[in-house]
Amino acid sequence: MDRDNSNDPVLDMFIFETLQLTDQLEQLVLNSEKTNTFATEDINELFRIMHTIKGSAAMMLYSNISSIAHSLEDLFFNLRDTEPLEINYSKLCDLLLMGIDFIKVETAKIKEGRDADGAPDPLLVRIHDYLCSLGSGDKALASGEIMSADPGNDINLEGTHYKAIIFFEDDCGMENMRAFNVVHKMEDIARPIRYFPPDITENDDCSTIIHENGFEVEFATDCSREEVENFFLTLAFVESIEIMELAEAVEEAVRQASITGEINTLNAVENNGDSNANVSRKQSMISVQLNKLDKLLDLVGELVISEAMVTKNPDLADIPDLDSFGKAARQHRKVINELQDIVMSIRMVPLAGTFQKMNRIVRDMSKKLGKQIDLVISGEETEVDKNIIEHLSDPIMHLIRNAIDHGIESAEERVARGKPAAGRIQLEAKNEGGDVWITIRDDGGGLDREKIMTRALEHGLIAKTEAELSDQEIYEFILLPGFSTNTEVTEYSGRGVGMDVVAKNIEEIGGSVHVDSKLGMGTVISLKIPLTLAIINGMGIRVGGSIYIVPITSIRESFKAKEKDVFMDPDGLEMIMIRGECLPILRLHKVYKLETPVTEIHNGIVMIVENDNRSVCLFADELIGEQQVVVKALPKYLKNIKGIGGCTLLGNGRSCLILDIAGLLNY
Amino acid sequence: MSEVTDQLLEMNEDTQKDKFLTFIVGKEEYAIEIRYVTEIIGGIQAITEVPEVPDYIRGIINLRGKIIPVMDVNMRFKKEPKPYGDRTCITVIDIDDLSVGLIVDNVAEVLSIAEENIEPPPDAKSGFNNRYIKGIGKVGNTVKLILDCKILLGEEDLAGCIEAS
Repeated sequence: MDRDNSNDPVLDMFIFETLQLTDQLEQLVLNSEKTNTFATEDINELFRIMHTIKGSAAMMLYSNISSIAHSLEDLFFNLRDTEPLEINYSKLCDLLLMGIDFIKVETAKIKEGRDADGAPDPLLVRIHDYLCSLGSGDKALASGEIMSADPGNDINLEGTHYKAIIFFEDDCGMENMRAFNVVHKMEDIARPIRYFPPDITENDDCSTIIHENGFEVEFATDCSREEVENFFLTLAFVESIEIMELAEAVEEAVRQASITGEINTLNAVENNGDSNANVSRKQSMISVQLNKLDKLLDLVGELVISEAMVTKNPDLADIPDLDSFGKAARQHRKVINELQDIVMSIRMVPLAGTFQKMNRIVRDMSKKLGKQIDLVISGEETEVDKNIIEHLSDPIMHLIRNAIDHGIESAEERVARGKPAAGRIQLEAKNEGGDVWITIRDDGGGLDREKIMTRALEHGLIAKTEAELSDQEIYEFILLPGFSTNTEVTEYSGRGVGMDVVAKNIEEIGGSVHVDSKLGMGTVISLKIPLTLAIINGMGIRVGGSIYIVPITSIRESFKAKEKDVFMDPDGLEMIMIRGECLPILRLHKVYKLETPVTEIHNGIVMIVENDNRSVCLFADELIGEQQVVVKALPKYLKNIKGIGGCTLLGNGRSCLILDIAGLLNY
Repeated sequence: MSEVTDQLLEMNEDTQKDKFLTFIVGKEEYAIEIRYVTEIIGGIQAITEVPEVPDYIRGIINLRGKIIPVMDVNMRFKKEPKPYGDRTCITVIDIDDLSVGLIVDNVAEVLSIAEENIEPPPDAKSGFNNRYIKGIGKVGNTVKLILDCKILLGEEDLAGCIEAS
């Protein structure tokens, strides 16, 4: 198999699925650890996931992953089967998480096109040791067999017994995995007892045997012979099947069942509707490569333009009666609008995945630092554009780490201050206007205003006097590069490269960071993130022959100004007084040196725009109207132009520029 | 498999070798290597002005959903701007994933100029100093000035102009 080829859809699917499953697994483990019990359904779920990973890893020939999954599966089998009374959950979870990490690391390697070469042995040994320490593992592992406990009792062997020999299509390849699939699928209608060759998942040589002699499976079922036959023929790659009824005694079957532990595992998965529900959930999802989506987005954008080109075609002007054409065109437009909405919504992804990852970080860190931390997550269903989500994970992780390391005090200190011993970190997301706010709130020691002040003075960061600075401005010094009030460098933080990286990352995606704190009470860090980079609501304004788009979110109001409201300072800077607030006027035609007949203030329109609590008045010829625009980057040949955030295409196919208010404010 | 692609690529290279697209700007006939040219748009469509760029960058256009900057070659050569007419074309060239439209007065033809027919431009010492010219191709009795696309787009030049303005 060509593993270098990252475009291999099977490999892509494997990576995607495995990463998703490990995330799911991690969640389960963490939740279970919190409650200190493993509920039966959790164990079954863990079992199912491990089994899937094992199966697909074996299919892709990643033996190290499959062996780890296999041994974790064993572990759970044992737990479920023997129900040991005293379990050290913390240790068990450590072990599980180590296993999960191993699988993650290996999968990441595969993703990058490298070989999954991590050695599973040390971990296998640890899992084995743990099993032994449970007092039941020795038996299970001594013989190298998967399970030797007597599981036959709980297999339901009622119904008629059949033996089937299945032949697969000649060119289907990987016969062993096809056979494994058959056994797996069969559980819907029957209870497998035994199959030959028995080691289909481990031994690739089975493929040849199956190819030549067919795959033999014995099973018990309540279904009639025809039903069984029809069922098998619906499975993928099955070419023909021979079925015979077995007269063998049930005891015989039981005896054999105990040999093939594999079937047990399968049976365990089968046990309730749970797994079925999962299957159907999966089928309603499909994973698509992001660049295909981007292309789709572009195409829809073009479709909108070409629609306008058709319906507003000058040739139509000569045709007197366009009634039915107009009707059809309206319908057409409606469908396209709907299509556009759908494509946009496809890109929106809930924050849940990113937030859930933080559970793990909190767990690991609180263990290491010996602090008790509760992480409370809310609003994780909030949706954000896929491109943005990718940039959020690191900053949030960093902020959470900071909160645990610096924010939350040690338990004794907390109790002494009259707070509950366990620290509390709230991670919250909510929609507000066109933005998403993500807040990280801890109830720790809070920021020390004085310390930050001294530090800022040392670094010569303060241009104003102390009295002029608001508390918030002072707190926001921590976002500057090289700023750390922590004198000690710990494993997690304190090097002063962090907060500035957070701020930079967030700014890169068009967001901003706000810090608020109260000494002794805690710190709140809010990230303001735009919903999407791909599409914005904009107001079109015209200046001379050019049209510019102003993002609606930054517009406060627009109005017609009177000549007498405007005054000028000695430098010729125009200002206007609005409800007691004095704002500078930025004439766009002057800024961009455009020709326009509208130069008198009362002929044009004044628009107040704001960003980060700073406002300015823009002067333009006229408003054109509100519209949704697809944001495109400026061609890189043009580099950065002050005050221009990007460009877009208008309905008539013309391109126009989008103003970047933050850039204009610094003009 | 990979050999076949290599061969194909080679063939592709071969068919484009020594081929030049010639166009007219002002009085002169210029040529650019055909492998840079992705398409030619007849007529001038609506160009959106972009502030703060040198004046020879006329703005941006929408090329089937892709936004590309357009440059007036005439103005790039510091000649007087000329009004656009029926024969004015935008030639889209693609260099290192950078697409730029060149506004030229008239696209003439595609022709082959063999390597031996290309003379290096006279060097700066002899008083001739045109850094946009990579070579001079002789075709029959006529002469085509072969443009160096990379210098034509010259990024450092553009950056300098922005600062100056």
